[in-house]
Amino acid sequence: MAARGRKPSFEELALKSLSTPYNAAHHRFAVLIACITFCLLVAGALVTSNDAGLSVPDWPTSFGSLYKIPRWVGGVRYEHSHRMVAEFVGLLTIILAVWTWRADKRRWMKWLGVAALGTVIAQGVLGGLTVLFYLPPAISTSHAAVGQTFFCIACAIALFTGRGWVEDAPQTAMDTQRPTLITLTLLSIFVLYVQLVLGAMFRHHGMSWWPHVLNAPIVAIVLTWTAIRAMTQYSKIEAVQRPAILMLGLLITQLCLGFLAFTTRVAWGKDAVQPETAMIASTVAHVAVGALLLAATVILAIQVWRHVPVAHEEKVPGAEPKAVAA
Amino acid sequence: MRLKLLLTFFVPLLGFCVLTACNQQKSSEQSHAATPSGPPPVPIDPATVASVSGTVHFDGTAPEMVPIDMSNDPACKGDNKAETVVVNSGKLANVFVYVKDGLGNRTFPAPANTVVIDQTGCRYRPHVAGVMAGQKLDIRNDDPTEHNVHAIGMQNAQWNESQMPKATPIEKSFDRPEIMLPIKCNQHPWMKMYVNVVASPFYAVTDADGKFEIAGLPPGTYTVAFVQEKLGEQDQQITLGAKDKKTLDISYKAQ
Ligand code: HEM
Repeated sequence: MAARGRKPSFEELALKSLSTPYNAAHHRFAVLIACITFCLLVAGALVTSNDAGLSVPDWPTSFGSLYKIPRWVGGVRYEHSHRMVAEFVGLLTIILAVWTWRADKRRWMKWLGVAALGTVIAQGVLGGLTVLFYLPPAISTSHAAVGQTFFCIACAIALFTGRGWVEDAPQTAMDTQRPTLITLTLLSIFVLYVQLVLGAMFRHHGMSWWPHVLNAPIVAIVLTWTAIRAMTQYSKIEAVQRPAILMLGLLITQLCLGFLAFTTRVAWGKDAVQPETAMIASTVAHVAVGALLLAATVILAIQVWRHVPVAHEEKVPGAEPKAVAA
Repeated sequence: MRLKLLLTFFVPLLGFCVLTACNQQKSSEQSHAATPSGPPPVPIDPATVASVSGTVHFDGTAPEMVPIDMSNDPACKGDNKAETVVVNSGKLANVFVYVKDGLGNRTFPAPANTVVIDQTGCRYRPHVAGVMAGQKLDIRNDDPTEHNVHAIGMQNAQWNESQMPKATPIEKSFDRPEIMLPIKCNQHPWMKMYVNVVASPFYAVTDADGKFEIAGLPPGTYTVAFVQEKLGEQDQQITLGAKDKKTLDISYKAQ
């Protein structure tokens, strides 16, 4: 049985940190970055689905210039708009990191801002390298994975700066079950990353499609198990409920989109002479929902960490076992 | 405890990424053309050379040439159809034919003339070309729009260059033999052609009527390879005596 309404431990307080005031502008800015990053992921997915990755052969310049906008035709429309949105996100992330460093009292938040900046820089460099080395599958896949990781960090910063996180005392419930819910959420993130890497390897011609399709049932089982546990055992904790429901909904959507992507890319698109609308739409949607699913799972893990501390059995010889917070 | 959990999950993932990166590296390193060895080659006597010619047929219903949608660039004008399989009255065009084996350790200098590839109507002309290793190749842009020219070599180095309308031709050569080396434009993703880099001058590309001719061959027994971008390769043996003019017809079946 889960014990409810106990006082948060020191460790939890450190993460939840009641010690910074809610800063609406800072929070809205973080939300804005997360939203624009989502658009950036869609723009990136459009580049790959339109086979436009090498339409601008140089980097960091575009056709030899750092600022001139090229003629807006063909693959350049996708590749260059992706570069422009990416630069904008990079700029916003610099502002966010500086702002967080100055305005947020939580030390770990300051460093999370710096980590976001580091990730966006690494992502830019990977994007450049993949162009300069003609899209090697390993680099393009890393670019896909780090891009989604940055999106998760942006969503997490938006969560940590929100009023609910900063001002509300968390409602908690002890986790006495094994495997613990936090283990399940971390396992979910892990299988999603594997799925992301396998999908990206196929998309970037580094691997066949079957490892990705074979791993999909594993993802479906682990995520469903996690979502059902969260929804049934912690139905009163809204912060856990909501991302769990979202995760389950996105998973179902993603499985449907996966079948669509498979049909349009592998079954129908094998001999396509140019990227077709149905293939572009389904594969871009599959990448976008994949990113949302990963972010929802990361948010769930964070909320579980905050609201569902693990109870450990205290073994005192001769005494009845009792649950204590981890 | 939590740190341990994190490590258990993410360290293997990182390991996987690093391993994949290493594999990539390895596969790009292994590519070296064999150097000929043995007794010095017998020079070719022009008085005894033979030739082989023929027609490549296509059996069955020819696949429809899919029309290409070029609306993503208004500068791409005219009709354009996919040239993956081009059949005219049962004859197959754009098949690369070359002497794959039988020339022994003869080596041939790259000819001085330049092979030209033109981009016009947002398509490559020709769709399939042959060139000798080391021979010059000019890629022209006669379109009122820019292209990027991306050569996806496996034995040869890859390169990717942009080319503005009416810009000076891109001048290149490929050092190593490589059959069906794709050249692509990512601006206009339907644009794709193949360059075949060979070590000897004994090659041809079938014309619109499926015909080819390879002349100037010294007498001998040869393997002649026919390579089509989608339908694959077929090899034929042929023995040529002095001054022979032999015919070699083959056919590809509809898939
Ligand atoms: C279980 C949930 C799934 C998740 C989280 C997922 C995730 C992803 C992601 C993130 C990518 C793109 C990687 C990149 O950024 O390049 C991808 C690609 C792909 N996935 Fe999935 N996938 C799932 C299930 C499926 C299923 C069930 C199928 C097919 C039956 C499928 C078929 C594909 C295909 C064909 C691609 C490549 C699309 C392309 O070529 O553009 N996926 N997947």
